[in-house]
Amino acid sequence: MAHRPVKFFQVGSFAVGNRLLEEDERSVQAGVERTNALTKGHRACQGCGEALGARYVLDAAMRATEGRLIAANATGCLEVFSTPYPESSWQVAWLHSLFGNAPAVASGIAAALKAKGRTDVRVIGQGGDGGTLDIGFACLSGMFERGDDVLYVCYDNEAYMNTGVQRSGATPPAARTATTKPVGVEPGNAFGQGKNAALIAMAHEIPYVATATVAELHDLEAKVERAMELHGARYLHVFVPCPLGWGAESKDTIRIARLAKETGLFPVFEAEHGEVVSVSKIRRPAPVEEYLRLQRRFAHLFGDPPRTDVIERLQAIADRNIRRFGLLEEEAAA
Amino acid sequence: MNKPFAITLDVGSSLANKTGSWRTERPVYRDLLPPCNHACPAGENIQAWLYEAEEGGEGYERAWRKLMEDNPFPAIMGRVCYHPCETACNRAELDSAVGINSVERFLGDEAITQGWTVTADAAASGKRVLVVGAGPSGLSAAYHLARLGHDVTVRDAEEHSGGMMRYGIPRYRLPREILDAEVSRILSLGVTLELGVKVDDVLGAMHGEGFDAVFLAVGAHIGKRAYVPAGEAARILDAVTVLHSMEGEEQPLLGRRVAVYGGGNTAMDVARTARRLGATEAVVVYRRTRDRMPAHDFEVEEAEEEGVRMKWLSTVKRAEPGLLTIERMELDETGFPQPTGELEELEADALVLALGQESDLALLDDVPGIEVSDGVVQVGRNLMTGHPGIFAGGDMVPAERTVTVAVGHGKKAARYIDAWLRAGVYEPPPKHGLAELEALNTWYYADAPRSLQPTLELARRSSTFEEVVSGLDETTALFEARRCLSCGNCFDCDNCFGVCPDNSVIKLEGRDREAAGRGYAFDYDFCKGCGICAAECPCGAIEMVPETV
Repeated sequence: MAHRPVKFFQVGSFAVGNRLLEEDERSVQAGVERTNALTKGHRACQGCGEALGARYVLDAAMRATEGRLIAANATGCLEVFSTPYPESSWQVAWLHSLFGNAPAVASGIAAALKAKGRTDVRVIGQGGDGGTLDIGFACLSGMFERGDDVLYVCYDNEAYMNTGVQRSGATPPAARTATTKPVGVEPGNAFGQGKNAALIAMAHEIPYVATATVAELHDLEAKVERAMELHGARYLHVFVPCPLGWGAESKDTIRIARLAKETGLFPVFEAEHGEVVSVSKIRRPAPVEEYLRLQRRFAHLFGDPPRTDVIERLQAIADRNIRRFGLLEEEAAA
Repeated sequence: MNKPFAITLDVGSSLANKTGSWRTERPVYRDLLPPCNHACPAGENIQAWLYEAEEGGEGYERAWRKLMEDNPFPAIMGRVCYHPCETACNRAELDSAVGINSVERFLGDEAITQGWTVTADAAASGKRVLVVGAGPSGLSAAYHLARLGHDVTVRDAEEHSGGMMRYGIPRYRLPREILDAEVSRILSLGVTLELGVKVDDVLGAMHGEGFDAVFLAVGAHIGKRAYVPAGEAARILDAVTVLHSMEGEEQPLLGRRVAVYGGGNTAMDVARTARRLGATEAVVVYRRTRDRMPAHDFEVEEAEEEGVRMKWLSTVKRAEPGLLTIERMELDETGFPQPTGELEELEADALVLALGQESDLALLDDVPGIEVSDGVVQVGRNLMTGHPGIFAGGDMVPAERTVTVAVGHGKKAARYIDAWLRAGVYEPPPKHGLAELEALNTWYYADAPRSLQPTLELARRSSTFEEVVSGLDETTALFEARRCLSCGNCFDCDNCFGVCPDNSVIKLEGRDREAAGRGYAFDYDFCKGCGICAAECPCGAIEMVPETV
């Protein structure tokens, strides 16, 4: 497990902070001295998971690097809502170039720093699932195989949200988007398509690959910290619900992220050099239906009659993840 | 214009973009009434004192002082209270209720060990109040009245203070040195205690000695008698007398086989006392069934563990020396026991009647305006009797008869008496809405089982009067306090501060914090009203309120 063992400080182990914890045991987000790398006034929708995830990651990275950090950003929601000309919400050194080249730009920054002998400054590349899994994928794979000293972070909201919710390589089966059979009785994404970026990253045998969600801050921060301890190509895949694109209530962003992990649909784990070294166990198991019902992109599964067959196929995916990654605690002597 | 190609505007910060205008609902911090506080007959602010105790160290004293604002008997409460707070505790739905009672006891014992005291800081009012009865209700009233600046005299007919806490509750549940310690702390506030003085004439005392108000708390010390046909030498006693005589020089002679008639807590106390006095058999005879028994579950369980036998659905038909005739009962459709005519015999050297108690109200005989019905004095919402200036509380007024209720009456009466003496009206502050489990986000609480108070080994406790339930050690008490969910009241977990995607929660420190009375504030210039803070607040201390446009 990446995060601390459970302590009975009421909520010290799961909530952001706690007055009963020692200062150095609190999360970065609990401190008034956090960078607020992405500050207020940005134009993300109400309840944006990506805005939250980006601040979590970069604030943790800023603490880990003592502020010596440069971020290269792909085109996408995160870039658009944070930097409408001439305003910027970024309080870190930040650079945007194109949709597909963020990993290459990050590699270039790392190379330039190396040439200048500035080994103290670290580099983060970041983008959404479209910029990472689809458009920037060749650059990303190149960055991995060359072993460039970059932590690449993908904020995964499972579609192209900025341009109006089009399907990406990260869109899950059965989820409705603007480009998955927009009409008809089965408007959802097809089964058997898409890709798992974290597993592909692991196949490059890079030093560090991890997944996380915005629902488990301690785990996420520990992973960023671990990633910044290492050098070479590293990959962090963060699950960030999108209230607009998923048709969910803005207040449910964290709840949905939590359910994605607790149902087994989004396995949370970390891997070093191609091997899984730890998984985040499911604490309160839940059926996928609980997760699906909160999102209108799955509303077509709950019509009259409900598509129990499709729900079962999604449950089978979750069950496979649970088996494959060992997401449930072993029953003692069961 | 010295700008790069195609650039016409200076770089700006998004702080210029006040996204608060997007909002249709705004988050607002709130305080809800935790179910424990709601259930506490003494009106303790349990969540607040647990909050202090959670910090450990100096937090214990702050917790104890918080507790003492409402209840002068933490160490006694921690032993004899039936803790309705724990029954109401939301945590029971997660794993098990917080051991509030045992933490209270820890704090009370710690106060005695450390010698913590309280002071009466209010300016002397110059008013004199007579309290009749030095039981839980009278002493509680005296304590609060003294802290409010009044001159208080407590009179009691007994040789020692404590009322039913001494003469009704056995030592194995409440050691007398604990009782004495907490009573003496009240006396050190300047309360005058006159023992062995029976007040027969309330009005005479009030007017003759210049008291401005009287609080009556004489309790209910007369055991109810039921007519049991009995042979001449049959030994029939009542429970109140038995328990009372345990405090005297000579212990009551109950014999080897003791039957106790009744199903309340007093019946259990007598049966358990009988076992400790050497009875090889102690049998409780009760007309109805276990589920209808007024005694609390743990009392019945502890009694059974100590070898007390229960005889359900039975009445005592006749008592002869050494032998009782028992009739079996049957519950009718309404749940009322009906005789069946089936008789059996039960060997018993003594029969102790534990059928409830009555108040001795002779002192009110000549007081105009007093209304007595069903053997208890009728009082208004302010606990004042029909006679102006005479208030009453505890077992002698209509209410559940427990120490905690009595202590609560004492506090309540003190507040109304204080207002009355100052020619004002006490208006209790409006209560917050109840913090239901649904308002909480329980994900954030770590699962933690309750640490049980170790119970004295069975063999020891059925033969001695040593305390049955011992206290928690410091580590365990701290652990237990930290299990509190803090229902409906912010406990500084930083969750709202962390989960806001718009950095619109401000963490307050120092003077700002004091001024706001809490640790956080919303930045409404930027808050978009997404509601994540409210949804993810572990304790339900944030609500979303529609914006008025």
